Amino acid sequence: MDLLTLLSNLSDGMIVSIQIFALTLVLSLPLGLIVALGRMSKNPILRNFVKVYISFMRGTPLMLQLMVVYFGPYYILGLSMPRGYRFYAVIIGFALNYAAYFAEIYRGGIESMSVGQYEAAKILGYSKMQTFFRIIMPQVIRRIIPSITNEVITLVKDTSLAYVISVTEMFTVARAVASAQANMMPYVAAGVFYYVFNFVVATVMEKIENKLSYYR
Amino acid sequence: MSLLEIRQLKKSFGDLQVIKNISLKVQQGEVVAIIGPSGSGKSTLLRCATMLESIDAGDILYLGESAFKTDQEGKPHKVTGAELKKIRSYFGLVFQDFNLFPHFSVMKNVTDALIHTQNKSKEEAYDIGRKLLTKMGLSEKENAFPFQLSGGQQQRVSIARALALNPKVLFFDEPTSALDPELTSEVLKVIKSLAKEHMTMVIVTHEMNFAKEVANHVIFMDEGIIAEEGTPEEVFGNPKSDRTKAFIKGYH
Repeated sequence: MDLLTLLSNLSDGMIVSIQIFALTLVLSLPLGLIVALGRMSKNPILRNFVKVYISFMRGTPLMLQLMVVYFGPYYILGLSMPRGYRFYAVIIGFALNYAAYFAEIYRGGIESMSVGQYEAAKILGYSKMQTFFRIIMPQVIRRIIPSITNEVITLVKDTSLAYVISVTEMFTVARAVASAQANMMPYVAAGVFYYVFNFVVATVMEKIENKLSYYR
Repeated sequence: MSLLEIRQLKKSFGDLQVIKNISLKVQQGEVVAIIGPSGSGKSTLLRCATMLESIDAGDILYLGESAFKTDQEGKPHKVTGAELKKIRSYFGLVFQDFNLFPHFSVMKNVTDALIHTQNKSKEEAYDIGRKLLTKMGLSEKENAFPFQLSGGQQQRVSIARALALNPKVLFFDEPTSALDPELTSEVLKVIKSLAKEHMTMVIVTHEMNFAKEVANHVIFMDEGIIAEEGTPEEVFGNPKSDRTKAFIKGYH
């Protein structure tokens, strides 16, 4: 098989991988912030609930979590899910998992802020919301970008885990083509794809980091 | 009516009673210096007056308006909502370590609260900001960021930031303790010029000469009480209590 045919075979898978990546980020970045706020809540019930959630999400394999989200509705609740659920299950599983990781990154950033910033904002009459979004979060984001970059790069590679519930992302396709043709090339192409993807991600994140480095 | 009145204030941290029973009044246009050894409760008093700390007993009034409501058990609670906002608008605070917003330019540090908490237009806020920065000798620095400034310049920005909201009284919590002597003098100069304009100020300081020079009223605090107070001449020139004598002697 020539390279062009191989790439066109893989391209559908690539699009799915990119979709999983993008949707996971769009959902888990804001969700992570909400989880972080729950984790820091004054309400002990909410705080401990979120703590347990994060502990499970980080303490069990993502692969297992995907299977629970996909098979759970049927085996636990007896619900038969519609055809397209496979893909949504991947997105739900990824978003819930990454939100837990992002939450801890947000929390680390928020807790690293000095109390003086809050006090100055209070004295100047900012509301709690204004303080959080105008004063605290912009500084937090700048501090946590390197950790976020790490997670985002891991996410690119993790998208391949969708194969466990037979969502045909890039890696699933590569494996199928490779075993059908008894050929290494699809794996090489897959490797190159993930590498280039991550190269782009790292470059973009570096741009963002530089853009936020206008102060110290 | 006093601009600020503190009535029988008590404040503990756990078992440690930091403020035992303090009452004081500050009149419009007065400059009050609070001096005393470390741990005497000066900064806590200021933090209570600016509502950064809760209080255990007593009351704090601005222009006769109480900043606390007492519940049935006699425990004071901060007023809330619009009342709290109004009380907060009466005062500003300059911190020891400035607490500027590092991600905002100098101009934005001074004007952001005007725009977002007092709903001033950007033009109006920038006008106020420019005037204040000129007064602080920082007109060249409006686009700089705090990290590009010296400590003295940062403290002057923070004074401008506090003044922008047009407070009736400005509190200073050891405004020069984080600065070397050269930078200290430029900040003290600014505070002196404010005193000449009859800005009401309450200043916690270790700079005895400055306190002597700028204050109308000096309060010497020791172990959570006002050990002695009076005009600078009285407190520095002819202290009555032995504790004050010893403290002031230590500074000569």
